[in-house]
Amino acid sequence: MANTRDLRRRIRSVKNIAKVTGAMQLIAASKMRRAQQAAEEGKAYADKIQVVLSDLVASLDQENLPPEAALLTQREVSKTLMVLVTPDRGLCGALVSNILRVAATIVRDSKTPVATVSVGRKGETFIVRTGNELRAAFKLSDRPRFEETTPITRIVVEEFRNHKADRVVIVYSDFKNLLIQRPVVTQLLPVEPSKAENATHSSYIYEPSAAAVLERIVPRYIETVVYHAILEAAASEHSARMVAMQKATDAASDFVEDLTLDLNKARQEQITGELLDIVGGVAAVQTG
Amino acid sequence: MAKLQLDIVSATGAVYSGQADEVIAPASEGEIAVLPSHAPLITTLRPGELRILNGQQETSLAISGGFLEIVNNKMTVLADQAEEASAIDLAKADEALRLARQRVAELPKDQDLDKALAELRSAHVRASIARRASDRRSPPRQR
Repeated sequence: MANTRDLRRRIRSVKNIAKVTGAMQLIAASKMRRAQQAAEEGKAYADKIQVVLSDLVASLDQENLPPEAALLTQREVSKTLMVLVTPDRGLCGALVSNILRVAATIVRDSKTPVATVSVGRKGETFIVRTGNELRAAFKLSDRPRFEETTPITRIVVEEFRNHKADRVVIVYSDFKNLLIQRPVVTQLLPVEPSKAENATHSSYIYEPSAAAVLERIVPRYIETVVYHAILEAAASEHSARMVAMQKATDAASDFVEDLTLDLNKARQEQITGELLDIVGGVAAVQTG
Repeated sequence: MAKLQLDIVSATGAVYSGQADEVIAPASEGEIAVLPSHAPLITTLRPGELRILNGQQETSLAISGGFLEIVNNKMTVLADQAEEASAIDLAKADEALRLARQRVAELPKDQDLDKALAELRSAHVRASIARRASDRRSPPRQR
C-alpha cells in the first residue's frame, strides 16, 4: 500500500488536471457555439449561390462553352490536389486520426499523384511525415474569417487553371451534431453544381453576359464552399474537443474518488498500526 | 401593386430582408432601377450604393460588389460585403479610405494592383455613402 503522502500528492495533481480539462471543456463549448453560429449565418448565401450557379450552368450552351467555363469542364485526371482541413491542435478525441485516415486512403487509392494544400497543422505534419507532396500550408485563426480563406481558393483555382491539377477535392470533418463528426470528401474542381431543385428558370437575362457572370460567380462559389468546409471543420473540432475534455474531467473525478478511498484505507491502517504499537508497548511495560 | 421581396445576404450572414417598391442597384453595366414584375435577371454588381424605396421610406446600403438575381418579384442580392449606410462609422470609413489610398500609392511594382484598386474603390464608395447618410441625418434632425 502506497503511503499517505504519495496518495495525497497524486490526488492533488489529478484534481489539477481535472481543473485544466474542465476549463478547456468550457472554452471549447463557447468556441463551438460561435463556429456553429457562423456556419448557420453563412448558409443562406451558400444555398443561394448554388441555385444561381446551377441555373446559370443549365442555361449554358453545352456545345459551345465560353472559355470561362474551364472550371466546370471535366478533363482527364493526371494529377489530383487535395485540400486537407484539420485542427491545429490535438486533444480532440479521434477527430484528427479519422480525417487523416480518409486522407491516407485518398492518397493510397489514387491512380495519379496527389499533392496537398493543408489547412491546419495536424494535416501539414501528417503529409510531411508520410513523404507526400505538400503544395502549400495554411494556418487560420481560431475564428476563421471569410477573408482568411480566400487565398486558399486562389491557389486551388490557379493550380487548376495552369493544369497542375486536374481534379481538386477538399477533405474536412462535417459537423453532424455534438457527438458525430464525419470526415467527408467533396469535389471542388471541376465544379459540379448539383442539378438543383429550382433550376427551372433558364429564361434569365444575364448582364453583362452569361460568360461574364460565370467568370465571377464560379470563383466566388468555390470560396463559399471552402469557407463553409472550414467553418464545419471548426465546429467539429471544438465539439470533439469539448466531448473529449468532458470525458477526461469525468475520468479524473472518478480517479480522485478511487484514490481518496485508497488514502482513507491507508490512513486507517496506519492508525491501527500505531494503536497496536501503543497497546503492545503498554502491555510490555505492565508485565515487565 | 405587388411589391418586391428583397433579401440581401453576404457570405457571413443575412444583411437585410424586407419589402420594396423599387430597388436601385449598382449593376456592373450601370445603375439599374428594379420595379416589381421585372423580368428574370442575373447581373453582377460593382461597388456602389444600393437604395431601397418602400413607401415613403428610403434605405441605403453600401455594397462592395456581388450578384443580383430577380425572379418572380423575389430579388436576392449576393453581396461580397454589404452594410446599411446608417450603420457605417464615417470617421472609420474615412480612415479606411485613406489607408486604401496609401496602399495603392505605395504598392510595389509587381503586386496585385487590381485588387488594391478594387479595395480603394469600395472604400471610397463606403465613405461617400456614409457621408451622405450622415448629412441627411444631421441638418433637419430627424428621429
